Amino acid sequence: MIAEIGLAALWLAAALSVLQMLCGALSVRARGAGGAVLTNLTRPAAVLQGALAAVAFAMLLWVFAITDLSVKLVAANSHAAKPMIFKLAGAWGNHEGSMLLWVTVLSGAGALIAAVERRLPERTMQATLAAQGFVALGFYAFLIFSSNPFERLPTPVAEGMGLNPLLQDIGLAFHPPTLYLGYVGLSVAFSFAVGALVTRQVTPEFARAMRPWVLGAWVFLTLGITAGSYWAYYELGWGGWWFWDPVENASLMPWLAATALLHSASVLASRDALRAWTIMLGVVAFSMSMVGTFLVRSGILTSVHAFAVDPERGSFILALLAIYIGGALALFAVRAGTVAEGERFAVTSREGALVFNNVMLSAILAIVLLGTLYPLLTEAFDVRVSVGPPYFNPVGAIFFVPMLLVMAVGPLLRWRRDSLARVGREMALVGAIVLAALILASILGEVPLLPLIGLALAGGLAVASLLPVRGRSLQRVPMATWGMVAAHFGVAVALFGMASESAFSKERLAAVAMGQSVAVGPWSIRLERVEPVAGPNWTALRATLLASYRGGEPIELAPAARDFWSPPQQTTESALATRWNGQLYTVIGEQADDGRWQLRLWWKPFVPLIWLGGGIIALGGVLALIGRVRTDLRRRSVLRRSATRRSDRAALTAEPAE
Amino acid sequence: MRWALVPWAILTMLAAPAGAQDSMPPAPYAYRQLDDAAQEAKARALMETLRCLKCQSQSIADSDAPMAGDMRSQVRIRIAAGEEPEAVRAWLIERYGDYVSYKPEMSRSTWPLFAIPLLLAVVAAVILARRLRGRA
Repeated sequence: MIAEIGLAALWLAAALSVLQMLCGALSVRARGAGGAVLTNLTRPAAVLQGALAAVAFAMLLWVFAITDLSVKLVAANSHAAKPMIFKLAGAWGNHEGSMLLWVTVLSGAGALIAAVERRLPERTMQATLAAQGFVALGFYAFLIFSSNPFERLPTPVAEGMGLNPLLQDIGLAFHPPTLYLGYVGLSVAFSFAVGALVTRQVTPEFARAMRPWVLGAWVFLTLGITAGSYWAYYELGWGGWWFWDPVENASLMPWLAATALLHSASVLASRDALRAWTIMLGVVAFSMSMVGTFLVRSGILTSVHAFAVDPERGSFILALLAIYIGGALALFAVRAGTVAEGERFAVTSREGALVFNNVMLSAILAIVLLGTLYPLLTEAFDVRVSVGPPYFNPVGAIFFVPMLLVMAVGPLLRWRRDSLARVGREMALVGAIVLAALILASILGEVPLLPLIGLALAGGLAVASLLPVRGRSLQRVPMATWGMVAAHFGVAVALFGMASESAFSKERLAAVAMGQSVAVGPWSIRLERVEPVAGPNWTALRATLLASYRGGEPIELAPAARDFWSPPQQTTESALATRWNGQLYTVIGEQADDGRWQLRLWWKPFVPLIWLGGGIIALGGVLALIGRVRTDLRRRSVLRRSATRRSDRAALTAEPAE
Repeated sequence: MRWALVPWAILTMLAAPAGAQDSMPPAPYAYRQLDDAAQEAKARALMETLRCLKCQSQSIADSDAPMAGDMRSQVRIRIAAGEEPEAVRAWLIERYGDYVSYKPEMSRSTWPLFAIPLLLAVVAAVILARRLRGRA
């Protein structure tokens, strides 16, 4: 019964998305009073649709919570012996469930803008909601017709197949929802862009209205990517934190587009420039989310040929991509000419710097897209190539390095027109720091070129990012400016962590007898004992290590190798010791014939800064969001008050005449 | 000493077809570093750019798969024997195809990977020049 309620809710939500789409579209066309009835229906339809999608998702959680083995999805992906948290997380640890989560976030975002967004002209909002409904409709159809999560089995099975043990980790349990909030939250930017194009209302007010939504999605996306990277780092057991894997790239591409969008929306909001460019990025950002969904969900990554054999889901998403991206781009092509470019500005101005970095971000996005899609393209012609770090790192750096340089100076420049001479002292300071860091790092050791540049630029950028608040009364600096400072500082912090990890990591692989010590970097590690332990759905061999930093008080670490039995798979549970200046990473491997244990040890200086930096970037987004929303509320209350005052005064002056 | 390892390694390669590897003990240098730190660093850098053919999107430096272990061992042995990393890469490509290397080489099937970034740089420069020139 529960599964049927979920399915019914999905169908109803799909029907409401049609209503939302039609009412929105018709009320955009009908300018007269006749459209009022329809107009009044659009927002409630969007809200109700969001609620129904949430009901469907709750039903899915429920069947997973009670392990209802008559539901095909539960039987294939769950197991009665799993801890409750992973039963619930299992609901989105599979294709159908994660697509339902996707759609739930999509319609939830639509419901939210329908419920609270009232700053824009109503016609633009109607067009926006119609677009949001149209996008939702396609994905409801995808769920219902080719990925029904509520499908029943003819006869219930006795026990489920279980969830991939790699996914049975608290970090990964919350990674997809966070990522999806960002990923799919960008649909709002897409719909806003379409709405503004339809009604030709590309104004600073439009940018101000869109900005908080993009910021919100961007914060979640940043957190999701950061968390995913940390999960890969500690769960895969080899200390790698970014692999340029297509799935990772699928989350990075929307982030790059959203970052560019945020900045160009700022230019539009403050200076009424970059109108067409902002709209374009709004379309591109969510398009990248959909491309990512296609890559991950169509099965094309496992093998192009597997995709060709069973293309139903893949072709469905591909068709949706063609309709939505193609449609939006066609609309853009038709309308972009009528959207004037807006205010002009000089090369050396804040807009100039922002345009430069927008172009650089877009170029990096194009490189990532190329490197991700190209191997799939050649594989279709039976030529298999791999594109990995040796390609992405240097080619990306061609655009990333100039971007970082401009990013250091840009926030110091004034809007519209400025001269480099005015910020000469600041530039000299940043330049000196970069140079000093370059020299220092090359003295410290043989650092490869890219990490060397990374270290130097991180130092320069860290200082440069703080300069915009220098000499200002700190209490009067707007919250949004703090957000920018934090986010840029976070980039410097993360960059330093990345460069330091690849420049200074120490690796030690050793076969160690009980009681024997090995050294890695400044650490000395002794193997104390290895013992079997049992969990709810696994058994493990757990080592106890005593690790001492430069001969100091030893700390205990317990890396383990887990054997899951349903499905049968081994995972390595690394054990980490975090210090302010880095992380010790320990893994226990197999036992050799002579009784010694295989240990894998890494000392990774400053590696936690990668994720700390990611967190600071997200915090910057939160600060900016709070700042923007607060300013907006204040402005609205001032407007309201002045409006009442005006009407009072009008009433007063009108009275004597009566 | 290290030279002596090479014929042995080639023997094991011949004797161990890919399918039979799961039941064999790990290759000698799968989980063992070279004594010479400079050589180990070279081997490590190379391993990070070679694909584990049995995994999804992992390099042989990041994988527990037995085949990745064997390949690590091969790489270490050859580097220890004094081969240049790029020569080892070429040998592996000859053996397993272009797919094994994460570093695409310029060839008839890969030239767009290098041409498109160049084109991008030009397009970016043109966009910037058009947007920024003469504005005041």
